Amino acid sequence: MSRVRELFETMEYGPAPEDASLAKQWIDSYDGSFGHWIDGQRSQAGQHFDSINPATGKKLAAIGQGLDSDINAAVSAARNALKPWQELGSNGRARCLYGLARQVQKHARMLAVLETLDNGKPLRETRDVDVPLVARHFYHHAGWASVLDSEMPNTSAYGVIGQIIPWNFPLLMLAWKVAPALAAGNTVVLKPAEDTSLSALYFAELTQNAGLPSGVFNLVTGAGETGRTLASHSDVDKIAFTGSTQVGREIRRLTAGTDKGLTLELGGKSPFLVFADADVDSAIEGVVDGIWFNQGQVCCAGSRLLVQESISEAFLSKLKQRMKTLRVGNPLDKTTDMGAIVSQDQLKNIQSYIDGAKNEGASCWHPDTPLPESGWYFHPTLVTDVFPAHTIMTEEVFGPVLAAMTFRTHKEAIEIANNTRYGLAASIWSENVNLSLDVASKLKAGVVWINSTNEFDAASGFGGYRESGFGREGGREGLWAYRKSLLDIPPDDQSPASAVAPAVPNPTSALDKTSKLYIGGRQVRPDSGYSRAVAAFDGSLIGMVGEGNRKDIRNAVEAAHSASKWGSASAHHRAQVLYFLAENLEVRSDEFSQRLEMLTGANGDLQVKESINRLFFYAGWCDKYEGAVHQPPLGRVVFAVPEPVGVMGLICPERDSLLGLISLIAPAIALGNTVITIPSESGALVATDFYQILETSDIPEGVVNIITGSRPNLASELARHNDVDGLWCAGHRAMTTEVERLSVGNLKQTWALSGDRNWLDSNVGQGIEFLRRATQVKNVWVPYGE
Amino acid sequence: MKNLSSRVNSTSPLDLDWLGHVRVNRSAIERRCSSLAGRRTVKKEWQAAWLLRAMTCIDLTTLDGADTVGNVQRLCAKARMPLRSDIATALSATDLKVGAVCVYPALVTHAVSALEGSDIPVASVAAGFPDGLTPLQTRIDEVRGAHEAGATEIDIVIRRGLALTEDWTRLYDEICAFREAAGDAHLKTILGTGNLASFSNIAKASLVAMMAGADFIKTSTGKEGVNANLPVSLVMLRAIRDFYNTTGTRVGFKPAGGIRKSKDAIAYLVLIQEELGKDWLSSQFFRLGASGLLGDISRQLEFFLTGEYSASHRHAIG
Repeated sequence: MSRVRELFETMEYGPAPEDASLAKQWIDSYDGSFGHWIDGQRSQAGQHFDSINPATGKKLAAIGQGLDSDINAAVSAARNALKPWQELGSNGRARCLYGLARQVQKHARMLAVLETLDNGKPLRETRDVDVPLVARHFYHHAGWASVLDSEMPNTSAYGVIGQIIPWNFPLLMLAWKVAPALAAGNTVVLKPAEDTSLSALYFAELTQNAGLPSGVFNLVTGAGETGRTLASHSDVDKIAFTGSTQVGREIRRLTAGTDKGLTLELGGKSPFLVFADADVDSAIEGVVDGIWFNQGQVCCAGSRLLVQESISEAFLSKLKQRMKTLRVGNPLDKTTDMGAIVSQDQLKNIQSYIDGAKNEGASCWHPDTPLPESGWYFHPTLVTDVFPAHTIMTEEVFGPVLAAMTFRTHKEAIEIANNTRYGLAASIWSENVNLSLDVASKLKAGVVWINSTNEFDAASGFGGYRESGFGREGGREGLWAYRKSLLDIPPDDQSPASAVAPAVPNPTSALDKTSKLYIGGRQVRPDSGYSRAVAAFDGSLIGMVGEGNRKDIRNAVEAAHSASKWGSASAHHRAQVLYFLAENLEVRSDEFSQRLEMLTGANGDLQVKESINRLFFYAGWCDKYEGAVHQPPLGRVVFAVPEPVGVMGLICPERDSLLGLISLIAPAIALGNTVITIPSESGALVATDFYQILETSDIPEGVVNIITGSRPNLASELARHNDVDGLWCAGHRAMTTEVERLSVGNLKQTWALSGDRNWLDSNVGQGIEFLRRATQVKNVWVPYGE
Repeated sequence: MKNLSSRVNSTSPLDLDWLGHVRVNRSAIERRCSSLAGRRTVKKEWQAAWLLRAMTCIDLTTLDGADTVGNVQRLCAKARMPLRSDIATALSATDLKVGAVCVYPALVTHAVSALEGSDIPVASVAAGFPDGLTPLQTRIDEVRGAHEAGATEIDIVIRRGLALTEDWTRLYDEICAFREAAGDAHLKTILGTGNLASFSNIAKASLVAMMAGADFIKTSTGKEGVNANLPVSLVMLRAIRDFYNTTGTRVGFKPAGGIRKSKDAIAYLVLIQEELGKDWLSSQFFRLGASGLLGDISRQLEFFLTGEYSASHRHAIG
């Protein structure tokens, strides 16, 4: 009987390996030992470490260990290249990016094979997902390079960007970093992950083919220490990092107070919600794409399966059947669904999470699928009998491990889904458009996929809420990560001269008045029981304000959270409230003007007038700062919705006490944030006078809270509070540095800005940058078709 | 290799509640189909084996207004010897035949005599093929007549209007009547998916046909504007899987119309393998309604054996 006839009976798939010989030839052309890529040419490395093929456990190549001298050389090359690169103009840069896209397409299979060899992920993914997305990213950003001048006015490039990327999508993460950075007119020093440098090294050659000028793209390979050197280099203007939340925190600390721009794309524990009215079979395929794509080593992996209780049993039983058909093995084989885990360490991490889950009482199941004998493989695994209290439901495993539990109602689904420190992505499966869009709007996640999962496109932003980081990659919002607004004036170097200590009580004061704090819509005494004096410009005592402390901050944050409905109020309504504020301020403008004159010795009319204008300006913006609708390839629509950051701390400038206060509060509340405001110390009485304006203007209680006292102390308390989502600090560098350093607890978004700017000048005192900083973009993917 | 043309399903009660729970998401279905093409492939010997398997599942079909006794006999001869003898010998496949020969009712007796002694079943379309809009009694009589003329497989069409208006009870009753009229013949129910409004409608019609006792569900007559494709097939296969999980009865699947290339045939086999499993990968539970496909399979198998690309005229026409 012929072999074919035998196979006719068994109907097996048989092997279908991709030929890797050309990729190996390329490695051999370097004698298996690589250096860096600096200033448009190969640069020898002094020390090396091994890069291992995870599918076999065998050495692939020796990779250069980047030293301080390499980073210095690369940063200096990038600095020198900056001017000619910018002088090349938008069209010149667009041509280079277009050339890079073309190069990626021409070398598509080589890149796919190299990536699979180095990372262990299936060729099917590198060939069908990673590399096509890389080409698309460069094409898309070639377009941004062309239209940059008209589309992003009043912005400038950052300069030299340091970029540190992870091992899970080595080339795709390179594209996500390099394409927008170059399109925006920056130059780059990139450090790939130590486990996966080869595709970046190949890409370096492509930059030469594409005619990219020397020094615009520099590559230094190495481990964590190399990354640390890059992140702390004094001549780097911005750091963009994708990787673990732990390293993200370290980079936040390293860059605190340096004026370096920073965007972080970190971990996740993304929920995958299946409602009873979902297309169950399709949702199961979604689970497969959500957690077993790239062996689950995906920051946005749908690792928490939440299924409505009524269908849970049937769902899990079908899911197990499906898991049996997953093929695990040689990633170069075209019929492999799951390849190898990137490294032995990672394999051990995953195993330890499974051991831990079992110890906590969980049941772990995997199909009997055979695993290859050598190399680092892990079964697709389903963990049940787990609850939010279990470690496996809260920590990122970064492996092919799905933890499943149930929910009863859609309200509970949202509650469980949001019960996490992360907020990167979410999937919602339901055939009810009302339900799915409602849930999408309530999930704390930067990307929400309805009836789909792990969809990406260069035009749609990607990035997280909460401890999943800040900043976006892709689309217009992603480009912002590489353009600096002219309003983004760094903090002031000098602390303003401290207010003159008042000595003599003013005998003319008719009635003794001590202003309290403003928390939850009420005037309350400070917890400390202390007050601080406020002096007039001549040093005389004109009043006392409360000395706020940590407990007052705690109460104000609670009040601000209770007022979160403000964020879902209609923009029209918020505009009306801001107009009303302006109206009421105008009624009492003489009083405020006199108060300002008393404090500063100068006429306060102009500041009051400009404050009213500023309220009008942001009231006008309320219902106009809107999102975008993307139409990525294939039948889907993506809504990019700017959502409020949440509860924000606002450290107001010391100067221009009324206008400075309004300039921060107005944009923040216009877009739905609730705020804890720390006013100017010397002008604190203006803020306490403002309580009455707030009380008469229909501002819901808790939307604006004001705590007087020491700005640096209160700023630190806000920075350390893990339920504050964003913090603007308009002050001197010592204070902003401390705020940035202390913000790592929950990785809140911070903005250190100059408080000493001329707030009366509307060119620097107001603008869209304030609105952009008051929002975070959520991209909701909605496929359609019947 | 025995061709099984006997009944496997029997009528079960119409479960409208089940239909009410049917949900099908088109974009997710399309995504599954497009990604599956990159997830599975068969090469070399395996590819040849899978093509042989596809060949044994072909319902070699002629359904043309110009059909005569002569061209039906020609088709039957091809059914008996689907491969050139040197190719069949080299592959140890001389005993392999196609799944059935499928003709109009008027030609059933000629096909039966042309296939005598071959074990190859004759399938007849019936029930007002292709539109199902002749009077019900006429359609029932046609089914009975085709069976009596010797067809052991009857490919009936449903009246699409009943599915479009979701008149499931009448649709169920009509198919039950055909089931009864077909006696012990193998009943394939053509849904005419190109005429049905939506994927959920196709899923519901699939379930109704299976509840009414269909042994197979089939996509198309070949006469609709849109014939068989992978997304529609996936919807029907999942209905088959749910029916099996609930009742324990395996119902077969037949895509028809427009399947001409070996690559297409393998895509269907892969889809079935992945969604239903190996148990469905035989002519008992899978048929391909096609006429031109066999020629392409023959060329591919010759290429496999010789390493040289073949030509149509090197293989006998049907």
